[in-house]
Amino acid sequence: MTQLALVIDLNVCVGCHACVTSCKEWNTSGWAGPLTDQRAYDEDPTGTFFNRVQTYEAGVFPHTETYHFPKSCLHCEDPPCVPVCPTGASYKREDNGVVLVDYDKCIGCKYCSWACPYGAREIDEKQRVMKKCTLCIDRITDMTLPESQRKPACVLACPTSARLFGDVHDPNSVVSIAIREEGGYALQPEWGTKPANHYLPRRKTRIQIHEDELVRADNPLKKEQLPSLPEGGETLDDVAW
Amino acid sequence: MQDPTSQSDSDLGRVEVKETTCYMCACRCGIRVTLRDGEVRYIEGNPDHPLNKGVICAKGSSGIMKQYSPARLTKPLLRKPGSERGDSDFEEISWEKAFDLMQERLGKIRAEDPKRFALFTGRDQMQALTGMFAKQFGTPNYAAHGGFCSVNMAAGLIYTIGGSFWEFGGPDLERSKLFIMIGTAEDHHSNPMKMALADFKRRGGRFISINPIRTGYSAIADEWVPIKPGTDGALMLAIIRELIHQGLYDREFLIKYTNSAELVVDDPKRDDHGLFRRFEMHVEEGCFDPENKLWWDRELDREISTHTPGTDPRLLGSFMLDDGTPVKPAFQLLKDRVEEYTIEWAEDITGIPADTIRRLAHEMGVVARDQKIELPIQWTDSWGNEHDSVTGNPVSFHAMRGLAAHSNGFQTIRALGILMTILGTIDRPGGFRHKAPFPRPIPPCPKPPKGPEGVQPNTPLDGMPLGWPSKPDDLFVDDEGEAVRIDKAFSWEYPLSVHGLMHNAITNAWRGDPYKIDTLLLFMANMAWNSSMNTENVRDMLKDKDENGEYKIPFLIVADAFQSETVAFADLVLPDTTYLERHDAMSMLDRPISEYDGPVDSVRIPVVEPRGDCKPFQEVLIEMGSRLGLPAFVREDGSRKFRNYPDFVTNYETSPGSGIGFLAGWRGKGGEKFLKGEPNPRQWEMYQKNGCVYHHKLPKSYQYMRNWNQGYLEWARYHGMTRYVEPITLHLYSEVLQRFRLAAQGKLPGKQPPERLRKRVAEHFDPLPFYTAPLEHKLVDTHQYPINALTQRPMAMYHSWDSQNAWLRQIHTHNYLFVNPKLGEASGFGDGDWIWIESPTNKVRCMARFSEAVEPGTVWTWNAIGKATGAWGLSNKANESQKGFLLNHVISEELPPCEAGDHMSNSDPVTGQAAWFDVRVKIYPAGPEEPKVTSPQFKPQKRVPGQDQRRGKWQAFFAGKFRRKHNIGD
Amino acid sequence: MHPAFSVIFLTTLIGAGQGLFLALYTGQLYSLANLLPVQSDKFYAVGSLAAIALLIGGLVASVFHLGRPERAWRAATQWRTSWLSREVIVLPAAMALTFLYGLFHYLGWTDPLFVISETLPVDLTLIIGALATVATFLLFLCTAMIYASLRFIKAWHSPLTVANFLFLGVASGFMLAAAFSAYLGNNLVSFYGTWAVVATLLGAITRGFSLYRNTRFRCKVDLKSAIGVHHSDLHQKAQGFMGGSFNTREFFHGKSEGFLLMLRYGFLLMVFVLPVILIVLAYILESTRLPMAAFVIQYFGLLIERYHFFTEAKHPQNLYYQSMA
Ligand SMILES: Nc1nc2c(c(=O)[nH]1)N[C@H]1C(S)=C(S)[C@@H](COP(=O)(O)OP(=O)(O)OC[C@H]3O[C@@H](n4cnc5c(=O)[nH]c(N)nc54)[C@H](O)[C@@H]3O)O[C@H]1N2
Ligand SMILES: Nc1nc2c(c(=O)[nH]1)N[C@H]1C(S)=C(S)[C@@H](COP(=O)(O)OP(=O)(O)OC[C@H]3O[C@@H](n4cnc5c(=O)[nH]c(N)nc54)[C@H](O)[C@@H]3O)O[C@H]1N2
Ligand code: SF4
Ligand code: SF4
Ligand code: SF4
Ligand code: SF4
Ligand code: SF4
Ligand SMILES: [Mo]
Repeated sequence: MTQLALVIDLNVCVGCHACVTSCKEWNTSGWAGPLTDQRAYDEDPTGTFFNRVQTYEAGVFPHTETYHFPKSCLHCEDPPCVPVCPTGASYKREDNGVVLVDYDKCIGCKYCSWACPYGAREIDEKQRVMKKCTLCIDRITDMTLPESQRKPACVLACPTSARLFGDVHDPNSVVSIAIREEGGYALQPEWGTKPANHYLPRRKTRIQIHEDELVRADNPLKKEQLPSLPEGGETLDDVAW
Repeated sequence: MQDPTSQSDSDLGRVEVKETTCYMCACRCGIRVTLRDGEVRYIEGNPDHPLNKGVICAKGSSGIMKQYSPARLTKPLLRKPGSERGDSDFEEISWEKAFDLMQERLGKIRAEDPKRFALFTGRDQMQALTGMFAKQFGTPNYAAHGGFCSVNMAAGLIYTIGGSFWEFGGPDLERSKLFIMIGTAEDHHSNPMKMALADFKRRGGRFISINPIRTGYSAIADEWVPIKPGTDGALMLAIIRELIHQGLYDREFLIKYTNSAELVVDDPKRDDHGLFRRFEMHVEEGCFDPENKLWWDRELDREISTHTPGTDPRLLGSFMLDDGTPVKPAFQLLKDRVEEYTIEWAEDITGIPADTIRRLAHEMGVVARDQKIELPIQWTDSWGNEHDSVTGNPVSFHAMRGLAAHSNGFQTIRALGILMTILGTIDRPGGFRHKAPFPRPIPPCPKPPKGPEGVQPNTPLDGMPLGWPSKPDDLFVDDEGEAVRIDKAFSWEYPLSVHGLMHNAITNAWRGDPYKIDTLLLFMANMAWNSSMNTENVRDMLKDKDENGEYKIPFLIVADAFQSETVAFADLVLPDTTYLERHDAMSMLDRPISEYDGPVDSVRIPVVEPRGDCKPFQEVLIEMGSRLGLPAFVREDGSRKFRNYPDFVTNYETSPGSGIGFLAGWRGKGGEKFLKGEPNPRQWEMYQKNGCVYHHKLPKSYQYMRNWNQGYLEWARYHGMTRYVEPITLHLYSEVLQRFRLAAQGKLPGKQPPERLRKRVAEHFDPLPFYTAPLEHKLVDTHQYPINALTQRPMAMYHSWDSQNAWLRQIHTHNYLFVNPKLGEASGFGDGDWIWIESPTNKVRCMARFSEAVEPGTVWTWNAIGKATGAWGLSNKANESQKGFLLNHVISEELPPCEAGDHMSNSDPVTGQAAWFDVRVKIYPAGPEEPKVTSPQFKPQKRVPGQDQRRGKWQAFFAGKFRRKHNIGD
Repeated sequence: MHPAFSVIFLTTLIGAGQGLFLALYTGQLYSLANLLPVQSDKFYAVGSLAAIALLIGGLVASVFHLGRPERAWRAATQWRTSWLSREVIVLPAAMALTFLYGLFHYLGWTDPLFVISETLPVDLTLIIGALATVATFLLFLCTAMIYASLRFIKAWHSPLTVANFLFLGVASGFMLAAAFSAYLGNNLVSFYGTWAVVATLLGAITRGFSLYRNTRFRCKVDLKSAIGVHHSDLHQKAQGFMGGSFNTREFFHGKSEGFLLMLRYGFLLMVFVLPVILIVLAYILESTRLPMAAFVIQYFGLLIERYHFFTEAKHPQNLYYQSMA
């Protein structure tokens, strides 16, 4: 069975929010749209987004690490949000594992959002139905798009390619390889929701310079040493016997 | 709900896909715009574009909300008779009337005294056209944003290596192993930098960030080196010292390609002290650096002309020429200079532990030396030597306004240039790489007029409004040595102010110092808000009247696309189009988007109709140029030469028959030539077919070592990119600076600085980099104002442009002052509290947010999130104006009175770069009784005619339905 | 969690309604066993009507919780997996059965259909009542399980939640029955009052225990696990937006600790202490007013209790929404 997912590489994510607005842009006019905004030009503007980028700090100055952390629906393999839905509006696709909401069935009871430990669902307060990341189902399954474009909007947008997309059940997919080789992990694994989306941790490159590597035989300073042959003057040769 | 797999998005309406160039910021990525029923459905990166290769950023993706923003201006507006400036009381007028008004006013000014018209432009990308318009008009009072932006970075490096970061060059992260990013938050090369950085990290490159703050890029750095603001010069000099002491410099590179081994007269008593010893040789008059200089030959133990085949000169030592002149190689002078700059000394100044500094130096030196890259690319140098390979030292740097926006930035950046130079990393793989049209001669050829006589009625300016002085005589001063330009650029106050000093234009014009002007035209610059220093007072200056009740700045024209804060102060408002509605050229004559591998330029072609009556500002300039009869815009008989802007771009040549025009691609009658060639009537079409971009890839052998690459230089000369084929020797030692110093010391005949400035010029025009604290730190009481206050670019917001954007403003709705918890607690407030931030200039009330990612002596906020109430189509209650704040109120545009004068710009004394980041402040809690709103507040700005009525509570954008539903546009 | 008033009213109203029905039916059983005097059919009919009114009130309240109430019928489809769906099925069933129970009493269809063991005459109301009782208990189960099944919300994820809903519903229902009897002036006041007190005390034990539990536990996951960064000193700086979102509106109560403490003491007093005292007093004073007061006070106490129930729930999603900038 296929389980499509995103793998997000915190090692390179710079927190640019490209994935946030490209997602909004694609989806607001698409299958899962509109993504309504409230008080768009007024106090406390708020709206439906499928993806958000947050920032965290770890440690005390000067040992501070800053993390940018994008979060959208994780398309859990055992999604707690689906069985609780009383209408069947929330469902997980059999063919590719994408968790979706059918707006025509949703009654806006918000129960699914209570059941999601990740805060991945947002109600559209205007349309009054539950919305969430669709993994850009209308892109990734649109066979009229060229294959290179059959990817989520956020993945195509991401300038650091911190967002990988693929089938986590296919051991040879980019995402599976990344998870395996780069230490991919799931969020709140304690719950057993088995999020399909994974994250890759920060990795560090260090250079070790040893004292003895500093000076090499061809050190250019040697070239500048003056041929300090004093002209004339007495030497021991002149006085000692 | 229909199964998503059973329908295609493209079935929902009439779909068109058009390609153009983004302008949600100055990065200029290629984009594909999908329209549904004529409305913008989707903007994505163009995968075939050399710059962004398909990616797009947060702003670019939000272009839709810019297009349909309620802040859009759609009608030409005239301040209502009887209303006051700043009250935002306008009446709609026709374009015809607007043109008539301008024609009459500007025509009169041009006939009497052209410099009474000043044209200043902000973050635009059409300086080729605006600059040319100013020159043709005959006014020297023209500049773009460079002076308050990053001129230190441009000048500091261009005067050192003939190119710079910014749009001129950058780090070769594809091949680098160690990358050091200094004082950069976001920068112009927005998407490409992110792409390169991620690839670099993935390849295992080591990334170090030197910055008082750890956000954005710095977040993913392998190591964060927090530094005290304004002290990077000390760090760089200490590193240089360590590298020299360890012998970790690229000796061969220094000898062949820099002036390190060239002999400098070393006798303070002599008038030519500090100049290179030159021998007699016939040299063409020009802006290049003739090779009539000397080396000290180690074998012969005497001087010899540079680059004599088979010579190995000395880099260190002190010698006596045959004629008894004491000389030293420039490198010896550098070594002497940095002797005092020990690592321990730098530790105290920068706050970086000595061990860290030493380790950084060793990492740079050893990686550069031991991990050499060799590419099997054959090339020939300027002296005819054939090389079988191109080699490189894989240490690269990138730096921006963290260095530039300090008053000691020019010398700091010189130090950085020299650091990169001694590591041997200039235009080599893995190091710094140029982008066409760079490298250029040091300094580049264009020069400003030489004096007041360069400005004549009804005559184009004699010289360029902006240029590159190489000696005191190139300064644009009157007989007293005082400024001719309104911003005092190219005067002794800021001799190398190659981008002008826009940040002082309003203050100077208001004060009438050096003179009064009549009309100020601001294009794409929000000078009544985020791009002014001392904003509250500048707003008053714009409104201020003289004793006759006339405005001190009599007429203000604002060309903007949105209801910015500045619009409120305009007498005449010219509504511009958005980037999706107009033609534009990102020209080789300005700052193109070249890649390391060759020149690239690009265009915009409209994808939607202009909204309302807005008109591309380019068209306004062409129209005005034609009406005023400016020579470049009219034929001999005075009739109009160009139909419109696209026609102008196609047919304009820098001089008749030069073959050089705005666009480099598809020149020649049939589009068969590039860079140089006759106008091609189908040029636009050809750009359009190619995704609106032209990319010329140079042969591999021309892609490196371009300062001294004979093949490349000849190619560049042939295609009109440079004037000379001479090698562009790196100025480790700057004789250009020394000339100004000698003049200030009275040792060089010709133009002399006014007495008050002699000391300042002599101090700052040091031919070798030195460290001194920023000017403001020396002139204000740093015990009373102990803290540095900085701003940073948020990645998802561009200056003031984006707060009207419904999506982006949800990400940054207001701003906080970020404070290290230790500092916050010591100052008596907690996370989230309302506080005051106060400088000698002004004070601002805002909210604090604690952060461990900032050096404890520094506070910072995001740039330009705060707004004036009522501006930008936002409601009066918008968070941007009630909780957001603008730091600019506390940043002064002038220094406290000092020896150099009472009204010296708060700028670098060499380049006039605005010293935004020098500001010193104190912070303290706001009283519990104080209102929980930011201060200062301004009277709410009114909406202008033609702006959308206030939008409803809900906004649901769905392309193909939105405009109808919301009754927007035509 | 942000207390949802619709749900607060839903659960308290139907709880009381269910409890009231159980009280009626218990009364009928007792009288069958001759432990209590027989009541008129009208008593049961009117009582059932009151129970149904409460159930309907709850239903109406619940509509306000739905974004799309016009589609509410769809909510009955997922009974296999969703407790909410089950509730949506059981609630009308319980209502219908309660209605029939009342109706049969009203119509006086109380002639025994058959007699079990020669002592227990079984009439229609007894059968319907038995079914309704099953439905009522199921309804308690469903309602409570909506919360108790959310394993991420530890405050709710406990059998105690079911016990609380049950006991508090029963308590308020019996309290109402006592009040009703007092109002009618019949002799069931002390019977209902006693059971109301018993249920209240049981509720006090389970609710007290859950309160104690909820103030003590720590969430199974923390920020480290939430973002996967294993650093002991982690802080959020920005949550990705500043004007608020569903995540900051739905899952936070935004109330101060002091206010919550006040609520806690308030509902402990109003749900448990005062009603018991009032009933005891009523018993001593033979007052007819006090049971009514006891019910009203307890019901308002339950509103507060339910409000507090929401504020007790710490949703793990909140780990992601701690600070903005
Ligand atoms: N405190 C502080 N202040 C700073 C800085 C800092 O670091 N700290 N940075 C400085 C720097 S580097 C810069 S470059 C300046 C930038 O300052 P500005 O160049 O003034 O940039 P903006 O304010 O974004 O934009 C100016 C105007 O352009 C308008 N505009 C946008 N698109 C269009 C268009 O298509 N046509 C026209 N005609 N107008 C348009 C906007 O509405 C806005 O009013 O800010 C400076 N100000
Ligand atoms: N998204 C977005 N992109 C932009 C812009 C925008 O507004 N938004 N503006 C564009 C413009 S006009 C410009 S000029 C560029 C500017 O691009 P940047 O140069 O990246 O501009 P700033 O955000 O001013 O970043 C200055 C950085 O220098 C650091 N800094 C300040 N003082 C010092 C110091 O003394 N030493 C060191 N080492 N660091 C210091 C600050 O902490 C900050 O990180 O960005 C361009 N790109
Ligand atoms: S992240 Fe939340 S909404 Fe998405 S599948 Fe998992 S539980 Fe459901
Ligand atoms: S809000 Fe919609 S999707 Fe969520 S549980 Fe209720 S009906 Fe299902
Ligand atoms: S996959 Fe699509 S819907 Fe999900 S976050 Fe990315 S862009 Fe948004
Ligand atoms: S687009 Fe990529 S780099 Fe930018 S915030 Fe999203 S994941 Fe991070
Ligand atoms: S980086 Fe600038 S030009 Fe490129 S997509 Fe973003 S806003 Fe547009
Ligand atoms: Mo800038």
